[in-house]
Amino acid sequence: MQGTLDQAPSQPIASKQRSSIDWRPYLLVAPQTITFLFALVLPILAIFTISFWNFNGFTSVPGFTLNNYLGIFSSPVYLKTYLNTFKFAFLVWLVCVLISYPVAYYLAFRIKNSKWQTIWFLICTVPFLTSNIIRMISWIPFLGREGLINKALMGLHLTNQPVEMFLFSDFSVVLAMVHLYALFMVAPIFNSMMRIDRALIAAAEDLGASAFEIQKRIILPLAAPGVAIGTIFVVTLVMGEFATMRLMSGGKASSVGYLIKNQIDSLQYPMAAANAVVLLAITLMIVFGILRIVDIRKQI
Amino acid sequence: MTTDARKKLNGATSATHAATGNIQNALADAAAGVSLRQVTKKYGPVTAVESVTLDIPAGSYCCLLGPSGCGKTTVLRMIAGHEEISSGDVLIGDRRVNDIPAAQRNTSMMFQSYALFPHMTVWQNIEFGLEMKNIPEAERKSRVGEMLELVGLSHLANRKSSQLSGGQQQRIALARALVTRPQVLMLDEPLSALDENLRVQMRTELRRIQKQFGMTFVQVTHHTEEAFSLSDMVVVMSNGRLDQVATPSEMFRTPSSQFVAKFMGDNNIFQGKVRHCVPDPTSGLDLVELEVEGIGSFYSRGQAAPIGSTAACSVRPDLMQIAAVGNTSQPTHRANHITARIVSIEMTGYVTRIVLMEEKTGKDILCKVRTTDWEVESFSEGQVVSLRWSEGNCVFLPY
Repeated sequence: MQGTLDQAPSQPIASKQRSSIDWRPYLLVAPQTITFLFALVLPILAIFTISFWNFNGFTSVPGFTLNNYLGIFSSPVYLKTYLNTFKFAFLVWLVCVLISYPVAYYLAFRIKNSKWQTIWFLICTVPFLTSNIIRMISWIPFLGREGLINKALMGLHLTNQPVEMFLFSDFSVVLAMVHLYALFMVAPIFNSMMRIDRALIAAAEDLGASAFEIQKRIILPLAAPGVAIGTIFVVTLVMGEFATMRLMSGGKASSVGYLIKNQIDSLQYPMAAANAVVLLAITLMIVFGILRIVDIRKQI
Repeated sequence: MTTDARKKLNGATSATHAATGNIQNALADAAAGVSLRQVTKKYGPVTAVESVTLDIPAGSYCCLLGPSGCGKTTVLRMIAGHEEISSGDVLIGDRRVNDIPAAQRNTSMMFQSYALFPHMTVWQNIEFGLEMKNIPEAERKSRVGEMLELVGLSHLANRKSSQLSGGQQQRIALARALVTRPQVLMLDEPLSALDENLRVQMRTELRRIQKQFGMTFVQVTHHTEEAFSLSDMVVVMSNGRLDQVATPSEMFRTPSSQFVAKFMGDNNIFQGKVRHCVPDPTSGLDLVELEVEGIGSFYSRGQAAPIGSTAACSVRPDLMQIAAVGNTSQPTHRANHITARIVSIEMTGYVTRIVLMEEKTGKDILCKVRTTDWEVESFSEGQVVSLRWSEGNCVFLPY
């Protein structure tokens, strides 16, 4: 019955629309569509096209070849670089979660005053007032052979000679990236936690749940969408990283982003494009995998 | 409500009887009384609850009634253990529970928003408390099953709590609170989120379950009708203090203070000065003559107060008789009497509300008359009438 009621009046409207299309909704979405088209869709299509071109040693030649992709999938060097990228993505993600979850929890649940909550959250964003590169470079005098940490350790006689592993190592890469991206994890987890009804915690307490049980059974499952969103941010950012990798590893570690940058520098556009397509595909698969597990729509 | 839903409800009630046998004893045995001894709660310089002493007998339904901010929820939360006690003692049964955490008080709380865990199913919600108490799985299963039957929602066991209607959520919250077999069940405005029809229906159900199991229920509400219809014992609070503790009918008939009389709703309250007090042998109380400025003097019954002190008297809107001016067909000894003009007549259903204005002072007066009785009268708006009520229907309020 609902259907017939709905259809009856819609008939004349439909015929009216056929004669003159209402352009207003299209006009409203036009700026957004055009921006996306030129800034996102066209460049990606271009990259996708170029990834099938040939490279003759000097310049890119339009054509169709799968050699670029075959090269990526058959070379152990590429494989190692990809695995290295995944390794850093995983390590940075793990450390970010371990740091951000307690920070978000503290901000959301332990600070009762909403004014202080805002103030502390703003303090978390202070590092973002400087550029990424400067933030990274500032680690160098801190971690280096003659850096503050080594001076302090030697001054305390905890070690006789400077510890080399602090700088230009996997450690320093992960440290710098965590420093850069932890806030992208804190913010969505904090957001999820702020949406948790405080009465749920009281109810769980009332039913006899310990602090650990409340964390495990109530807060963690309800904050999971925040962790998922944070994971998407951090993983996509780290997957495309090249500057931090280059600077903080002293050129020792490599990532796909860094590889692509090198290929662009040496004008091997088709190869760079093919790597970009593969990297994009892998990252998208991770993102869709996360979205399948956690329903994040409720958080937006 | 649809007939379908009604059928379900009836089904629920019959299913209930099957489930009752097993849990009835367990719950009735558990019931314990609650005692508060000069309980005070301070938030910094602000006193939210001041020296409250109250005894709630085991197996009774007690409603804490009062306007928002009067401290009733704080009292409830202190009993439940969700709020620390600044001074005084809270006893559940014979046990002093001041320093015992909420989880170990053998109380349960039903929250205003129900606080069902949105990521869990109905079954998991109810089972949660049992899991936390490390009850073996087989027993958990049978107890959750019983509870679901009791509230008549067995068919929804696997739904997420967010997929339930308000009334269903309320029942699940009740089941979750009862499954741990608490000695006292605390209810924080449990009906406020429901629409009017459902509220009345759930009220009946709450009362039924409480009676059936002989449990102690302590409920917070700001709804007088709800408190009256549910409880054995009503506690009115204002500004962190107890105003009156009485049975609903006692409170309705004889409110003890101006605050209670006002909070009860439509009572007509006249403020004045005590002029004369004499013992009234028929009631055992005192007959108090109150001089109300600009209107005259009224006779009321209550506890004597010093001559000349400021006080008030209250008369219920259904106990005033409207008569034509000059009609003295029913002269009552010491009847109170005023003349007033009818401002408006509102037929609300069973009851017709007549709003009047006292002729000399302009004070608003409210009368409530059964609609069937009103229809035989021929008064109309704008007419001046005489209002009378006996001293027995007029409650003296010393403060």
